Amino acid sequence: MYTQALDLPQQNPEGRPPSLAENPAWQAEFDAKIDAGGFIEPKDWMPEAYRKTLVRQISQHAHSEIVGMLPEGNWISRAPTLKRKAILLAKVQDEGGHGLYLYAAAETLGVSRDKLTDALLSGRAKYSSIFNYPTLSWADVGVIGWLVDGAAIMNQIPLCKCSYGPYARAMVRICKEESFHQRQGFDALLQLMQGTEAQREMVQDAVNRWWWPSIMMFGPHDSDSTHTGQNTRWGIKRISNDDLRQKFIDATVKQAEVLGVTLPDPELKWNEQRGHYDFGRIDWEEFWNVVNGHGQCNVDRLAARRKAWDDGAWVREAAMAHADKAARRAQAAA
Amino acid sequence: MTEMAQQTTATSPGHVEYVMRMGDNALILGQRTAEWCGHSPVLEEDMALANMALDLIGQARMLLTHAGRLEGRGRDEDALAFQRNEPAFRNLTLCELPNEDFARTMLRIALFSRFQLLLWERLLSSTDSELAAIAAKSIKEARYHAQHSGDWVVRLGDGTEESHRRAQAALDYLWPYTAEFFIPSAADEAAAEAGVGPLWSTLEADWEAAVRPLLEEAMLSLPAPVPFRSQGKFGRHSEHMGHLLAEMQYLQRIHPGARW
Repeated sequence: MYTQALDLPQQNPEGRPPSLAENPAWQAEFDAKIDAGGFIEPKDWMPEAYRKTLVRQISQHAHSEIVGMLPEGNWISRAPTLKRKAILLAKVQDEGGHGLYLYAAAETLGVSRDKLTDALLSGRAKYSSIFNYPTLSWADVGVIGWLVDGAAIMNQIPLCKCSYGPYARAMVRICKEESFHQRQGFDALLQLMQGTEAQREMVQDAVNRWWWPSIMMFGPHDSDSTHTGQNTRWGIKRISNDDLRQKFIDATVKQAEVLGVTLPDPELKWNEQRGHYDFGRIDWEEFWNVVNGHGQCNVDRLAARRKAWDDGAWVREAAMAHADKAARRAQAAA
Repeated sequence: MTEMAQQTTATSPGHVEYVMRMGDNALILGQRTAEWCGHSPVLEEDMALANMALDLIGQARMLLTHAGRLEGRGRDEDALAFQRNEPAFRNLTLCELPNEDFARTMLRIALFSRFQLLLWERLLSSTDSELAAIAAKSIKEARYHAQHSGDWVVRLGDGTEESHRRAQAALDYLWPYTAEFFIPSAADEAAAEAGVGPLWSTLEADWEAAVRPLLEEAMLSLPAPVPFRSQGKFGRHSEHMGHLLAEMQYLQRIHPGARW
């Protein structure tokens, strides 16, 4: 039953176990487990800062999945074939499923989904800023699959081994689905590139718009990244932003050649000495502008989420009211 | 049945229209239901509504592919979905109406899936073996749609004052369109004659027997009968249909002949 997962207001959203108190012996045990590459589980003691970091990261990830349903959802009604419509709808549904696993993983840390949702809708919580770019043509759907999901996979594969068990296990499932999405995106683009001149132009235009935002998804350069040090120590982050970005670019250049599209960076070239592709300067001003709410779609995305939530309030209330009535009737009959 | 008789049966225009009408119902309701994806009252319903939309689009693909083959004019599922104009679509008007709110959305699925379920049950023994196979697959989906939407109709009807008001308003709006399900048609006559499927008019009593207890449990009052009869299944649609098709068909229309 779907309503069973509705957040019940009487649940204790911050019901933390008493083990929360800091304790040197527990800290030593925690550190040893991390050092040995083991998993921390919900019932284990953990430092409060570790818990808070995970809640922030997992909930941001969950919010990204939910907001991420909107840009691609924009094309479900206009998908050009019934097969592509079904693939896209299933994909956007998967993103919702990822949001569900991730909210559930965050809940094991003692926060409620309602509280996390409130943080998103009030603008306090962040989500991946890539979703603040508009989807302007059908090719954007393919390019998001290829580049955005491709970058997400690079970012997320190391998380399958992150130190927090529920997050790591959610990521294993999510990564499998994401790689399927990436292949579908690439396949849709291959079909377009074999099509008409207008279809090829559509793909190149989409690549031009999504390339730089995609490589920004790995976050600031390591030298400017605020959380990296501690997160690496805790086994939440395994590979640095710059290393992941480089890995993504090296893999993507070859795929672009197969597709027959040009990546919009004149400085992109193979560096024999480094064994990697060199690339141009990333416009971090644009990145921070979008992160800080000034992308084309920031306002619209959040407004769409708020509208869905506000318009749905009476439905959620009805479900609760009906459950109460049914329980009272059952009690009276007993 | 002789080979020639089979041939005649398979190519009768009534048979084609019967299958196409079912494909159009699934396609147009699937298109409408998919509009919820990312905008539902709760994440679990984003998943459930996407699921139902996916089932319907899957049914549409099978039915339209089959209709295209029966028709023998070389039209595949996409030619039928994206290259026909409003009058050539034979879906029930109920399927094309806007979602409006969650109450109308769920009530529509509850009313339609109970009808579709009866149809799939009868079609399991269709002389059209392809249609029987589609029915065998789709009947499980329709059972889930009926269950899920029915649960919501009860929750909303017997929930809060507001949800009851909205559910009743949805029923008042949708109910007149359900009469169209059972209007006799020449396609039905031809299909029934050939053993392809039942006359839809013969399903009315069973449908009412399935729908009335649900509405009672949901504390909803049946609207008084009205003389209005919608005509979508004869190709005369509501004003909403043109907008739905304009959006759905846009890419295929502006890139004629392109492959996707």
